[in-house]
Amino acid sequence: MGLLSPIKDHHSERRLFIGRIILSTVVSILLLGVVIARLVQLQVVDHELFAEKSQGNRVRIEAVPPIRGLIFDRKGRVVAENLPAYQLELIPEQVHDLDDTLNRLAALQLIEADDIPRFKELSRSGPHFKPVTLKFRLTEEEIANFAIQRPRFPGVDFQPRLVRHYPYGPLTAHAVGYVGALSTADLERLDPARYAGTAHTGKTGVENSFESDLHGYAGYRHLVTNARGRQIPGDSSDLLDSLPVDKTAEPGSNVYLSIDLDLQRVAARALEGRRGAVVALDPNNGEVLAMVSSPSFDPNLFAIGMSTAQYAELQDNPDLPLFNRAVRGTYPPGSTIKPMLALAALETGATNLTRKTFCIGYFSLPESEHRYRDWKQGGHGPVDLHDAIAQSCDVYFYEISMDIGIDAMHDYLDRFGLGRPTGVDIGGERPGLVPSREWKKSAFRDRDNQRWYHGETVIASIGQGYMLTTPLQLASAVGTLAARGAHYRPHLVAAVENPFTGERLMIPPERLPDVDISNDFYWDNVLEAMHDVMQGPRGTARAVGMGAPYTMAGKSGTAQVVSIAQDEEYDEEEIEERQRDHALFIAFAPFENPRIAVAVIVENGSSGSGVAAPIAKAVMDQYLGFGDDAS
Amino acid sequence: MPLSDTQRLLTPKAAPLSDVARLMRRLHIDGALLSGLLLICGMGLFVLYSAVGESSRLLLNQVIRLGVAFIAMLIVAQLPPDFLRRWTPWGYLAGLVLLLLVLTKGDVGQGARRWLDLGVRFQPSEAMKLAVPMMTAWYLHDRHIPPRFSQLLVIAVLIAVPTLLIARQPDLGTALLIAASGVIVIILAGMSFRLMLLLGLLAIPGAMALWTFMKDYQKQRVLTLLNPDSDPLGAGYNIIQSKIAIGSGGLFGKGWTNGSQAQLEFLPERDTDFIFAVLGEEFGLFGALTILVLYMFVIGRGLYIAVQAHDTYSRLLAGSISLTFLVYVFVNTAMVTGLVPVVGVPLPLVSFGGTSMVTLMAGFGILMSIHSHRKLLPH
Repeated sequence: MGLLSPIKDHHSERRLFIGRIILSTVVSILLLGVVIARLVQLQVVDHELFAEKSQGNRVRIEAVPPIRGLIFDRKGRVVAENLPAYQLELIPEQVHDLDDTLNRLAALQLIEADDIPRFKELSRSGPHFKPVTLKFRLTEEEIANFAIQRPRFPGVDFQPRLVRHYPYGPLTAHAVGYVGALSTADLERLDPARYAGTAHTGKTGVENSFESDLHGYAGYRHLVTNARGRQIPGDSSDLLDSLPVDKTAEPGSNVYLSIDLDLQRVAARALEGRRGAVVALDPNNGEVLAMVSSPSFDPNLFAIGMSTAQYAELQDNPDLPLFNRAVRGTYPPGSTIKPMLALAALETGATNLTRKTFCIGYFSLPESEHRYRDWKQGGHGPVDLHDAIAQSCDVYFYEISMDIGIDAMHDYLDRFGLGRPTGVDIGGERPGLVPSREWKKSAFRDRDNQRWYHGETVIASIGQGYMLTTPLQLASAVGTLAARGAHYRPHLVAAVENPFTGERLMIPPERLPDVDISNDFYWDNVLEAMHDVMQGPRGTARAVGMGAPYTMAGKSGTAQVVSIAQDEEYDEEEIEERQRDHALFIAFAPFENPRIAVAVIVENGSSGSGVAAPIAKAVMDQYLGFGDDAS
Repeated sequence: MPLSDTQRLLTPKAAPLSDVARLMRRLHIDGALLSGLLLICGMGLFVLYSAVGESSRLLLNQVIRLGVAFIAMLIVAQLPPDFLRRWTPWGYLAGLVLLLLVLTKGDVGQGARRWLDLGVRFQPSEAMKLAVPMMTAWYLHDRHIPPRFSQLLVIAVLIAVPTLLIARQPDLGTALLIAASGVIVIILAGMSFRLMLLLGLLAIPGAMALWTFMKDYQKQRVLTLLNPDSDPLGAGYNIIQSKIAIGSGGLFGKGWTNGSQAQLEFLPERDTDFIFAVLGEEFGLFGALTILVLYMFVIGRGLYIAVQAHDTYSRLLAGSISLTFLVYVFVNTAMVTGLVPVVGVPLPLVSFGGTSMVTLMAGFGILMSIHSHRKLLPH
């Protein structure tokens, strides 16, 4: 066929082609012109109609937040629940003038003026159709008030929601923790699908550490809504039928604590008006029975949402009510470490059960004038290890500290769990510190400071100097003493329960490496000495332990307070009060078959045996059935 | 190619080439075309980010696809038109074989058999989008222009065979586009207007025949187009919602990522075929016109390249590629605005998706090759 073709005329061919290209260009412009005309029709001529339609009849996918799991105490009492409440919400895209709306709401005293910038930020950051919660719990009066004003506030409305409620308020605040409004940082961290429709997340305590169990999974449903975002009832069911299937929310799991509210109450009452902490646990499995930090605060304020002023008040309170002293407070342990050091000394051969020291009230290192004083002026006279614990003789420990050495001291205290996080199942724990040569080398830059001095070993032997421990660490350590070296990780949560099936997942105790002491005699002797602290003829806390209907053992401690910083201002009386020594006490009972171990710290309480020991005793009384409101 | 002294004298104002321009020339890249494409892709990524619910993972996905497509364009641009022409019949035949393979052992996706797994999963129909106009142009290259009727019949067969094979998959949208790309070549080659009119009249009984050929969902699309409100919850849903989205956008739109229709997951297929509605809703008439102007610029540049081309094959192919691109843009925007039935045609370079993007960019690579491999003969 190609052979038959006439010879190509390039010139006319090109002319023809250009003609066709021009034609195509015209057609192209016409076609796109049609599209543009259509766009003008839709977007300019009929714009209002479509704008109204886009507002007027929309299907909205609404997230259905899951119901948060409940938290129960050891005896099944609810310590965290969900109560229905009306909350005030604002849908940014439906508000014409955000500033004006917020100002007028503040004028009606429905929101605080200080919070306006925060709400503006929230309104701008999220999707504009997503409601911003302005107030979490409206009173009946506020609902009535707003109902009258509602037509003046397009885009603002009240909605029924479930709000977290802590029936025991301050009593459980530190252990259970609280939920608070989701922050922008939380939103980045959490799975958006799971948290769709959720306004709160656990911030501290068990609420925070068991967040993934408590929260559950969000569901969603399809709503046909009108311009105001309100659901259209009834006749839209046909439309709903055509939509994808809704998904129901999966509620969060219930959490059972090992904490006993009665014990918690006794401890809180005993600490009332003081700054301090009490931790009680079961030495046989590490279950925390009570965890109190004083002063406390009302966790419901966080769940409902408080004003900036209320929050500032909590933040600026010099007594630090928000601070969980039980896991975050670090204190020199003072003489409470003596039983542990005694075991270290026996095990390393630094001392024996018969070695006696004549205590003259002070101790000096060879070739040094410096006197390390005993708490008892004039001294204890001749003391052996048993007496040194029962009477808390400092000089005996000063002397043997030279033979144990700081590194062995560190090793043994470390085995009892002091100076490092216990790994308890709530967050925010501070490690504290048990010093060693190695630690000092890495902690200081200066050559002179990197060296370890004998004098530092001396004061470490009575739990002073660099040494810092938390009340929880001390409770765990005394539990380990009570269990003769069996060491369990402390934990607050005993079980997690599936709300549908009622199936409970028990959280088994976690046993840590034992504190191995080769000779049972050593345990017998040291624990006997602790028994005599409370129930022996010359024990430092015999006034507390004498006449009790059960046997117990303990050890007092007194810790010097680090001097107050220069720039802090207190009135004179205040300074005096805050410079007093911290009072500490560790104890367990019954002596033969320990069921409870307690650590108590009273800041500026002066006397371990006088102030802290009675608190420990009250807690043990309650737990063993001899308390005032024992049931 | 070095310029002669005479040429140098004739173009005294030719400034020395900058390094960038020299590199582009060496790589056979057309600067104007490249800028237009990059602007469209850039704007497309913005719209897509909003349409996929601000997912940076999906966006990155698309960026990678764009990168692959641009590399394909660059590679194709290096192949001289003569080389392409010599290999055209073989490519066309290979494409037909692959289409037959798809019909017998292809993978099924969304009720249609379009995919072929030969180590890489791909749609042979995509390759045909280029192979059909290339084959048509190849056939006409040595022949007298305008073609005679008998030659047109041969061409009709060359176009009809792949078109019918693809329609069988069934992929009516792609089949029609491929037929269009071949028909454009004949029109550019100077088919007489009388014949066009005649074929236009024949199209009426043809359409009726097609109607019986069509599947129910395809019929539905046509019916819904005529009256979308007749079926607001079924087939009309897409069109109603995309019209609401575009219309409510107004002059300047609701703002990026703020389109309530799109963001409320109200608009179906908003990241693929209906992405133009997202653009219209969030950027308004202003944004829609901007992207249309960019498309027109690219098409105009393509037609200019066609006019400048030196041989029959090159100019027919360049013209067809440019005008087919126009057909894509028109069909997609017209379908989203409710002017033509909903056929599965993505908005080129903007919609989410891979294979079609590579084909498109390879087409632009051919345009660049045609323009940059011209022999600089004085007219």
